Amino acid sequence: MRGNFAKITKILSAGVLAAGLLASASARAAEDTIKVGILHSLSGTMAISETTLKDAMLMLIDEQNAKGGLLGKKLEAVVVDPASNWPLFAEKARELISKDKVAAVFGCWTSVSRKSVLPVFSELDNILFYPVQYEGEESERNVFYTGAAPNQQAIPAVDYLMSADGGSVKRWVLEGTDYVYPRTTNKILEAYLKAKGVPAEDIMVNYTPFGFSDWQTEVSAIKKFGSAGKKTAVVSTVNGDANVPFYKELGNQGIKAEDIPVMAFSVGEEELAGLDTKPLVGHLAAWNYFESVNTPENKKFIADWHKFIKNNKRTTNDPMEAHYIGFNMWVKAVEKAGTTDPDKVIDAMVGVSVPNLTGGYSTMMPNHHITKPVLIGEIQANGQFQTVSKTPGLVMGDEWSDYLPDSKDLISDWRAPLSCGNFNVKTGKCGGKGTN
Amino acid sequence: MKTFRAIGLTLLFLLTTLSSSGAAEADLRAIIAKFATAADFSETGVIVRELTATGDPAVERPLAALAEGNLYIRAADSMVFVGKEGSDSIQLFDPLSGEAAGEASADDLTQIGVNNTLRRTIRDALGTLTLGSKDPTVRIAAADTMFKTPDAANIEPLDAAIASETVASVKALLEQARAASILVSDKPDADKLAAIALIGARGDRNAVSLLTSVEANASGAVKEAATAAIASINSTLAFWDAGQNIWYGISLGSVLLLAAIGLAITFGVMGVINMAHGEMVMLGAYTTFVVQQVIRASFPGLFDWSLVIALPLAFLVAALVGLAIERGIIRFLYGRPLETLLATWGVSLILQQAVRTIFGPTNQEVGNPSWMSGSFAIGQLAITWNRLWILVFALLVFGVLLYVMKRTPWGLQMRAVTANRRMAASMGIKTPWVDALTFALGSGIAGIAGVALSQIDNVSPNLGRGYIIDSFMVVVFGGVGNLWGTLVGAFSLGIVNKFLEPYAGAVLGKIVVLVLIILFIQKRPRGLFALRGRAVEA
Repeated sequence: MRGNFAKITKILSAGVLAAGLLASASARAAEDTIKVGILHSLSGTMAISETTLKDAMLMLIDEQNAKGGLLGKKLEAVVVDPASNWPLFAEKARELISKDKVAAVFGCWTSVSRKSVLPVFSELDNILFYPVQYEGEESERNVFYTGAAPNQQAIPAVDYLMSADGGSVKRWVLEGTDYVYPRTTNKILEAYLKAKGVPAEDIMVNYTPFGFSDWQTEVSAIKKFGSAGKKTAVVSTVNGDANVPFYKELGNQGIKAEDIPVMAFSVGEEELAGLDTKPLVGHLAAWNYFESVNTPENKKFIADWHKFIKNNKRTTNDPMEAHYIGFNMWVKAVEKAGTTDPDKVIDAMVGVSVPNLTGGYSTMMPNHHITKPVLIGEIQANGQFQTVSKTPGLVMGDEWSDYLPDSKDLISDWRAPLSCGNFNVKTGKCGGKGTN
Repeated sequence: MKTFRAIGLTLLFLLTTLSSSGAAEADLRAIIAKFATAADFSETGVIVRELTATGDPAVERPLAALAEGNLYIRAADSMVFVGKEGSDSIQLFDPLSGEAAGEASADDLTQIGVNNTLRRTIRDALGTLTLGSKDPTVRIAAADTMFKTPDAANIEPLDAAIASETVASVKALLEQARAASILVSDKPDADKLAAIALIGARGDRNAVSLLTSVEANASGAVKEAATAAIASINSTLAFWDAGQNIWYGISLGSVLLLAAIGLAITFGVMGVINMAHGEMVMLGAYTTFVVQQVIRASFPGLFDWSLVIALPLAFLVAALVGLAIERGIIRFLYGRPLETLLATWGVSLILQQAVRTIFGPTNQEVGNPSWMSGSFAIGQLAITWNRLWILVFALLVFGVLLYVMKRTPWGLQMRAVTANRRMAASMGIKTPWVDALTFALGSGIAGIAGVALSQIDNVSPNLGRGYIIDSFMVVVFGGVGNLWGTLVGAFSLGIVNKFLEPYAGAVLGKIVVLVLIILFIQKRPRGLFALRGRAVEA
């Protein structure tokens, strides 16, 4: 009997111990957080654009935590600084995934930084949300592209300029900074314009180096090209820093938007903040979001942003909206999958639909691009854009351009049976090649 | 009796005009009220055309306001007003009479949107309406618009305007506008040939643009005349283009000179490889920004003087930072160029990040004072004011620096230390202080360059990066240690660059210039003007 009792106490105590262990383990798990990586340059040339995105992500994570976190856990942001140094992007991405064990990474701005981290994400199987408009010609299993593909920005912009509202433009200057995004975009645009019957002598393509500041020759060349008796417009893929001197020279040489409008793909509210926009009223930009969009969601987003950053003058911009959409999609996909395991989340992402800031819903498509409306805005004297045209419905991101011979037969579908980013519909094989 | 009749007639005339204008005003108001119901830009455009069709000069006020985006609809009663943005509300004015009509908050008003097409429609319409304006500049603008958008219906109002025009230069422009309109009308060929001759004499790009479209649509003698006129204009323009390229080159040269001139002191005279030179330029630009912020907030009237005020401050800020760098770091590294290079590179990163932390990573807005905005024309040469002032300023700085170096005791000491440090020291010159002050001078000059460059470039923490390579290129090319070399180097690089650009493009042009410099340095390692000094001995 005594022996039995001892046995029972032993078993009981073991049970209690086990239960206690379990309890303490689960308590530890509750304390655990879900880590989210933020991979944006906070120093160097790209800091000018990327720092804002880091702050926007911190705000979104804060707000999610205030709503009670995710899967009952708090989110924790892990911020690293790749310092505008492309190889360092890959290094920092590896650090985030292997050392910090983040569940997903939000980051990159330039295409070259994205290309630099791609192998890391596929090797370590994690998720990257890329928030910037880009040249397309890519679809990776581990990357979700929340910025615009060329058909969500460049093509509708050119369509607008060709329309009666946009001035029935007949002659085109494609002005860009000399790197992959402008070169690919201009290649697509040139093919598109030619398909629309624009003769080659009515298209002028010109490239300038990064950070170019002496635009006198280029602007007077545009003036000259524009005096051929046909309505002329400039489509500008000029990048970041070079824009301010470009617009200053346009203003000083008296090129008015009524005569030769400039349609820009890389100029947002943030870039205009460093400029006196009075001489630029009427020049255009094509984005999927403007700060001036008048919806309740956007008003709340701007108010939250001003409160978070403690500065009422800070603007919001398109890549911030892309992160807003991307982050909410990820949250929804994690809830749907019930885990943060990247493999399961990647599968859960396709089809997820969340509200965007322009009064509609954006959906993640099987090609890992999203649906968005395309807005054309004119620069106003107060540094904001006024929407002058909006696509009637949502436009689905097309990763492989239909206007380039190398990529027109390719499609991408990451759902189960196909699960391929570059499927060639002509040959029926996965592994086609784009232009870059 | 006679006077009585005259008075009666006048009264009658007054009555009729009054009543007719009253009716017209009511009509205009009815049309303007329609703006409130326009659903899109094309409907607004229809109303604009309806307004201009009345031919009443009174529509100028609402149309001009619409073009500037200052026409509002009051939500409460759908009334249309001209608005002027105040500090926290919008002041309202009657669209026709311009009388004040109270104020309203922005939430109660809807702005009537305009786009480029509408703005152009309004501009063309205002052209005809403002032909009779008292202000000659408005008449010039009207003539200009009518020239660019010729219309057969314009001939009559232009004839009337030409008959009453008293200013010869405006009259010539009006006649050109009339000629342009004749070309698109169905007037006989003889008139058109005369018009082509008149437009051909104008000789600018707008004339080419107009004649090209005429050439495409005409036949026979008119077509031939247009072709000949285009060819003759183009040959004159080719000549002006060369002039334009030289001006662009000089202007680029002046920017290079400004950026490099401080380096000509620190690197050229002292032999310090100062990688933080660009950041001194950046500090100068940020000083300008701060000065403008203070002026905007407290003394708005002084805005046009902001650059003048910023100059001494920028010099002081950059010179003090330069002094600190020299005393704190560089003086321990004299004669060790590699370490100096690395240390100053580090300093440049620290300065960039410091500015980024204080002012944020985004561009800051530095405004152009009114005297630095816009452009003027000499013949077919468009010269922008800001570039012209920068050229003048660069030459002024160069002159002052040359004077300091050659004509002042301090300059003499500087040159003595450069030529032979030990001899200079034994003559009682405090060489460490000369070093420190020389470095401060070079940095200060870079600072005032920043004031000028803030007018044409981004004011961001990266500002200096863009200029450091070019600055070294200019100094090395011109000859280390020689100010005149820097001057000649800057202008020749600028002009060569701008002559290559139209043919080779900006990217290839820059590469060609770099290759040319490499070849040149192979041949003459000491640059254009070699000088004996410490840099040479080391």
